[in-house]
Amino acid sequence: MTDNNLYQYILGLADNSLVLGQRLGELCGHGPNLETDIACTNISLDLIGQTRSYYQYAAKLAGEGATEDGIAFLRLEREYRNVLLVEQPNRHFGFILGRQFLFDVYHLMVLNELQNSSDETLAAIAKKSIKEVSYHKRFSADWVRRLGDGTEESNEKMQEAIDGLWRYTDELFKPTDAEMAMALEGVGPDITQFKEAYYKEVTALLEEANLTVPESKYFTHGGKIGVHTEHMGYLLSELQYMQRTYPDMKW
Amino acid sequence: MEKNWPLWEVFVRSKNGLEHRHFGSLHAADAEMALENARDVYTRRNEGVSIWVVESSNITASNPEHNGEMFEPAQDKVYRHPTFYNLPDEVKHM
Repeated sequence: MTDNNLYQYILGLADNSLVLGQRLGELCGHGPNLETDIACTNISLDLIGQTRSYYQYAAKLAGEGATEDGIAFLRLEREYRNVLLVEQPNRHFGFILGRQFLFDVYHLMVLNELQNSSDETLAAIAKKSIKEVSYHKRFSADWVRRLGDGTEESNEKMQEAIDGLWRYTDELFKPTDAEMAMALEGVGPDITQFKEAYYKEVTALLEEANLTVPESKYFTHGGKIGVHTEHMGYLLSELQYMQRTYPDMKW
Repeated sequence: MEKNWPLWEVFVRSKNGLEHRHFGSLHAADAEMALENARDVYTRRNEGVSIWVVESSNITASNPEHNGEMFEPAQDKVYRHPTFYNLPDEVKHM
């Protein structure tokens, strides 16, 4: 069952939100100030809430005693299907907001299509998530604009983040077997069709923010098929610690 | 730099038809950021349907040192309360 395309497709959606949620959760109590600390952890909670719906659905499909916690916390690194972009570390606030913005634009495009999915559960999750993610994008775009168009230092840092994260954007539009199969069945969108609109939207904001759009044609792929960057192991060890130390624990 | 962010007062209307009430204050670089921060700090548990923010420096407040002349004279003027009238029973909600 876990080889099933729908199951793998759901994990892709869920893992993106889980890993980004975990990254933002690291900021809890460590944000640059009280207000942005709460804002980032709010976004984290939105994302974790979304993953719960996805994992509950995946657990139902998997059957055989599978649980949402088991799927979320007890897989090996190679079994996580998230894109490389979301696992990149919180180097500084520019990276946090840059990563968020580059993901939010894509995330909203996916959800907008997913709400028309032939799969009722996925359509319902997408519908509920769209409002949350619309706000995430408003927040992250606003900050990228502020920092890019702010002081010399903030511009430099925002540019550094965009340059550093750019190489992970192409993977968003490189479909896996599961994504292609689900697009054919009308369950998920054909993500290749978003690529042009994505870069157009991102470019427009970066220019408005007084930032240079990277010209590099070097892109990294692999997260979606389980080949992650070196940061992923550290993230998972923190994420999985509780379930591995106290198996089957519940809140 | 964030130390220079001005203080903003946040007013939230919790339901349509009710008035905006003072909820607290926060720091933000400008009005737009103040609104977003207010949304995250004060309305994430479904507390509101509308938010006002106003920079605290735009509020003119009475000086506590002048409380004597400002407020004490009102303390012994009970006749300013409409309690000395005999209201007909038919009048409700007074």
